[in-house]
This record gives sequence, structure tokens and C-alpha cells, in this order.
Amino acid sequence: MATAAVAPPVERENYLNKHYGVWSWLLTTDHKRISLLYLVSITFFFFIGGLFALLIRLELLTPAGDLVQADTYNKLFTQHGMVMVFFFLIPSIPAVLGNFLVPLMIGAKDLAFPRINLLSWYLYIIGGAMMLHCMLTGGVDTGWTFYVPFSTAFTNTKIVEAGLAIFVAGFSSILTGLNFIVTIHRMRAPGMTWSRLPLFIWAHYATSIIQILGTPVIAITIVLVAAERALHLGIFDPKLGGDPLLFQHLFWFYSHPAVYIMILPSMGIISEIIACFSRKRIFGYSFVALSSISIAVFGFLVWAHHMFVAGISVYAALIFSILSYAVAVPSAVKVFNWTATLYKGSIRYDAPMLYAFGFLGLFTVGGLTGLFLAALGLNVHVTDTYFVIAHFHYIMVGGAVMGYLGGMHFWWPKISGRMYPESWARLAALIVFIGFNLTFFPQFILGYVGMPRRYYQYPPEFQVLNVLSTAGATVLGVGYLLPMIYFLWSMRYGKPAPDNPWNAAGLEWKTPSPPTTFNFEQEPVVTWEAYNYEELDAPQHRQEAPVAR
Amino acid sequence: MPDNSVAVVPSTAHHDNPALLHHFASEQQQKDSADLGMWIFLATEVMFFGGLFCAYLIYRRWYYGDFAAASSSIDAALGGTNTAVLICSSLTVVLAIWAAQTARRTLLIVMLILTMLFGCVFLGIKAKEYKDKFDEHHVPGASFSFEHQPIPGHPGEYANPVHAEIFFALYFVMTGLHALHMIIGLGIFTWLLWASWKGRFTPEYHTPLEVGGLYWHFVDIVWIYLFPLLYLIDRH
Repeated sequence: MATAAVAPPVERENYLNKHYGVWSWLLTTDHKRISLLYLVSITFFFFIGGLFALLIRLELLTPAGDLVQADTYNKLFTQHGMVMVFFFLIPSIPAVLGNFLVPLMIGAKDLAFPRINLLSWYLYIIGGAMMLHCMLTGGVDTGWTFYVPFSTAFTNTKIVEAGLAIFVAGFSSILTGLNFIVTIHRMRAPGMTWSRLPLFIWAHYATSIIQILGTPVIAITIVLVAAERALHLGIFDPKLGGDPLLFQHLFWFYSHPAVYIMILPSMGIISEIIACFSRKRIFGYSFVALSSISIAVFGFLVWAHHMFVAGISVYAALIFSILSYAVAVPSAVKVFNWTATLYKGSIRYDAPMLYAFGFLGLFTVGGLTGLFLAALGLNVHVTDTYFVIAHFHYIMVGGAVMGYLGGMHFWWPKISGRMYPESWARLAALIVFIGFNLTFFPQFILGYVGMPRRYYQYPPEFQVLNVLSTAGATVLGVGYLLPMIYFLWSMRYGKPAPDNPWNAAGLEWKTPSPPTTFNFEQEPVVTWEAYNYEELDAPQHRQEAPVAR
Repeated sequence: MPDNSVAVVPSTAHHDNPALLHHFASEQQQKDSADLGMWIFLATEVMFFGGLFCAYLIYRRWYYGDFAAASSSIDAALGGTNTAVLICSSLTVVLAIWAAQTARRTLLIVMLILTMLFGCVFLGIKAKEYKDKFDEHHVPGASFSFEHQPIPGHPGEYANPVHAEIFFALYFVMTGLHALHMIIGLGIFTWLLWASWKGRFTPEYHTPLEVGGLYWHFVDIVWIYLFPLLYLIDRH
């Protein structure tokens, strides 16, 4: 097979080689460079969070608490959660792939507010540095949820500092969401109507709504916790007339929708990948688009399903249970439309598609067990067990991270201008899928038979499943290290990527790989529908060669 | 479908207005983006204060009498004056924007100075109120004291100091965050004043004034809600 684009003898100017030097990166306002700044920093935090996960799994290898002490274990799972949620999962896809792709996909030269975009990266870094400092000087032991009154009146760990770190990182998230919404409203190229937007854009639009409306609520909650802890106010302290449940309501008002901040962008990626590697227009475009919006809306109405055993009224619990079932509908709409897109498609099994398949299976398991948990009776039975842990890792790791990795592979040629090694990538996708299931499937069983979360020792009869889980975590770790290694390798030794290696639809593929600083030489004019693969593959439109390996 | 293009030179053709940033196609697009950006930011602010209002409403319902007693101890005359001051400042903001639209540079500068003056008066009165509360030991903390304070409308009944302390905690957090927003607003208006002095704003281009004005109005509106909720519980 001929290579589609022979590498030109002189490297053409692009956003990577236009300027050199540290300041050209640290003071850049180019959304693509900021995206890479984020990529480096969130990868760093991903490995920090992963290190905590590894230590947790090592401790749980044996029933006795023998590797770390109970206090240390409490800090390990707390820091694992805080780092992974606030410093990896929430910024991951929007700040890296969204930052890179939103302007490219809608035909804009940059986000609407490039300087605010850079500011949000600095806020992320400041928050991250505070979190690192907090962890290195003692950490927090309350769990990532820092429930009151334990966090305000009892623990001696660094609640205020960790809270402020999350507060600052939260503003980074708000500014990213604000930037995306304005960009999607105001910066679309002529002809890029709402019904022609890629579903990746719809997903990011819905995500941004949650970011701007949810994040301020956790910000004010953190302010209140910090004030209460520092000044001994009584807002959440039952001894002083305060209400600890109010904290949980405010906390989950953000932190439940935050799950959709993690999963919605991933769903956007899956829509892109499945359409491209099935060579079909996505089935039910408008339903997939609007399901993103309705997930964002419904996502705000289900928070109290985290509080079924906390002492809310049965009536309130019933309402929240029903609403939680309702949020499954738009999620199922997506899954069914993706599978319908696969039907009679010309399917190719490149690495991004393998991740998309992995996402479909794992998200389905995660979503369906979410329905178990939305059921009041069963929820009481498995609350605070490993069943819950397994469920939300299927969504956040099996869903969000699989989508993130799929997207990184799909757009890596565009980002770096180089192809990644395909066979290694397929192997890594397989390892991630196997490692993931081995890690978390046993936890469903563990939870169902009664192993509680957040304990560092357990009865010996749980050991076999725990050993399986720890073994799986090791495999998963290898699966995550591999892409990191071959992506770095490909930056130097990978084959130069053609402009459109997948023969994909979408404006981002009409730019050079890697794109120039201002993305488009001329403002593009869009005259076609999204995912017009049937049209693209029709003989008169066939380009010289669709693939380069 | 159009061919893939190899970009050589980024286009810079449309840039004859220095205020138009490179990635916008037109002045109108840039202005619309800035306006929408500020409106969305204000939506986040609504949610930010919303959490506090939610906490306030719950405790006010639970501890109505104690809240009414605590509310009566703050000076409604000072709070009312501050409300009037802020409403005047919103008027001067609107006049400033009108002055920019009609190319009256001196009036623009005067109105901006007046706005900032009103803002400073507000903060000064606020500081006086805080000092009074401090002197009366009504600041939550170790030296807090709210003994034998009658509940309005219930002769012979006294407020529970523990619950009154929650009122004062919310009072200081809510008015404190509002004051912080005022200070940020003064910072923004200092910059607007400087830019107006330099003659940056024209009838065609005065987006920063409009966006800064939106922010100022929002902070005013927060106070319009805070004043009756905090100062006027059960006052007749």
C-alpha cells in the first residue's frame, strides 16, 4: 500500500516547529500547544494516582494489614481518589483532546478566549502544585468526599490545603467550560450548523454546561468547609446546630454531575471513532447529540442517590431512585445507536476501534450495575462495598479512560504528525481490556458478598478474588505504560503521518498533520453533513489511498 | 469535498483594527463572544452564591426566631444606605456606557470615577458595620456572645446563641464574598478608567465597558437579594 503523503524534504511549518524555547510554550495562547501542556501535566498526575492505586492493591494482596498502617491506607485511597478525579479524569479529555480539537472541528482559528485558556492551565498547575505539596507534607485521610463532620471537626490532616487545591483546579475547569461554550456558539465556520456539528462537539458542549453550573457549587462548599474548620463555624456541625446532610447535598450536587464531565467527552470520542471505522454515518445523529444534552440535564437531578443510607426521607429517596433510572435512558440511546452504526458497516479493527469496542462493553456493564445501585433495596445492601467501587471504575476507567486512550490513538497522527506503531497499539488495547476486567470484575463479587470499601484488611475467604484483582491491576499498569512508551517513541521514529490517515470525515482532518498555528489557511466553508462516509467512500470521491501503516 | 490544503502563511489580511484579535473574523463576532462569555461567567456566579442562599434558606426555616433576633442586631439603616449607594452606582455605569456610545469622553471618565466612588463608599460603610459586629462580639468564633437577645414578636423569649451564630457565619461569608466581588469590580473599573483616559473606547468599540458593566450590575443584584434576606427578617 502506498503511503498517502510522502514526507516533504523540508518539514513544513506547523504549530510545533514554528517557535522553539520554553517561553514559547509557557506563554503560548495556541490552543494546540496548551493542549499539549495539559497532556504532559495530566499524564504526570495520572501516574501519581496510579502509584497510589498500586499501593492500595499491594496492601490488599493479603488479608492482614501488613504493607502499610491503617492511617497510611486511609491517606492512600483518599489521595488516589482526589488526584484521579480532580487532576486527571475531569480535565483529561476536555483539556487535552477538547482543547486541541474543538476549534479544529468547527473551523475556528482558536478558542474564543485564548488567554483565558492559558490561564486555566496555570490554575490547574497551581492547584496541582498545592495538591502535591499537601500530599508530600502529610496528605488527607477522609476519603475524596471529605464528609463532614469528620473533615471539619475530627481529622488532623490537611483538609484546608487539599480543599483549596481543588478550589483552584475547579476554576480551571470552569474557565475551560466557559471557553468551549462561547467557542461553539460564536466561532463556527460558515455552514457549520448545529445539525452538522461532530458529536464530539455536542458532547463537549454538554460537558461544559455541567462544568460551569456544577463546579461553582463545590467551590462554595469547599469555602464553607475551610471556614468551618478554620473558624469553628457551625454550618455543617450538628453539635452547633448545623446539618451534615447539607454538606452531602451540596457536595453531590457537583460530584454526581462530575461523573458526566468524565464520561460525556469520552462518549463523543466513541461516536467519532465508531463512525470512522464503520465507514458509516452515525445512526440516529440527532438522538445521539441530544442524549448528551439530556444526560447533562438529568445528571443534575440524581445526586441524592449517593445518600440513600445517609438519613434522607424515604419519599425523597424514591424520587431520586426514579430519576436515576431516567438518566439511563439517554445513555442507552447512545449505546444502541453506536451498535446500530456498526450494523452492516465496513468495520476495521485499528487500535482506536479496539478501544471503542472495549468502551462499549465496559460502559454497558458499568451502566447496568448503576441501575442495580439506583434500586433502593439493593443499594442499601451494597452501599459502601466493593460493588460500588467496581461500578464506578467501570464507568470512569472502563468508560472514560478507554475513550481517552482511543481518542489519543485516533488523533495522535494529527497532534504529533507521526503514526504510532499499530501492532503495539492493538496489543496494548487488548492488555488494557484484559487487565481492566481482571482488576474490577472480581470486585463486583467481593462487594456483593460483603467486602466493604476503605478497609486495609479483610477476612481470609476474600483473598482469592483480591489476588486476582491485584494481578489485574499489574496487567492494567503494563497496558497504560505501553502507549506512553510508544507515543514517545513515535514522536521521533514514527512514520510521518499523512493529513488524513483514517480517511476520516471532519474538518480537523482537512488541516495538515500537524496543523499550522492558525489551523486553517482560509476560513473553511462547510457544505456537507457530519460523518458523510458513504459520500466519502463513493468511487468518484475516493482519495488515492485511505490508509498508511 | 475541498482538497486538503497545505497552509503556508497564516492569513492576517483583515486586521486593520488593533482591538480585533487575530482569531476573530469580525468586530461583531468578537463583541458577541465577549458578551456571551460574561453572561456564562455570571451563570457560574449565580451557582456559586446559590449554594450559600440554599444553606441560608434551610437554616432560616429551621431557626426562624433566632435568625430574626440576629438579623435585628444589624444596622438596617446602614444596609439601606448601602443599597441606595449601589443602585446609584448601577445608574452611573449605564451612563458611562451611554457616554462611550455617544463619544462623550469627559462624561465617560466622570461616570467611571463616580461609580468607583460609590463602590468605595459601599465598602467603607460595610467596614463600619463589620467593626460594630466585632465590637459587639457578634463575629463567630471563640469570643462570640449573643446572650439574652429577644426574639422579635415573642416577648420573653430569647434567641439560642448557637443558632444565631449560624446566622452570623452566613452573614459574614455571604457579605464577605460580596465585598470581595466589589473589590474585584473596583479593580476592573480602575482598568476601564485607565483605558478610557487613553481614549481606547469609541462608539464602535466599547466592549470592555459593557462586559465590565454587566459584572458590576450582577454584583449589585446579589446585594439586592442579600439586603432583605439578611437585614430585614421580621422587621416591620
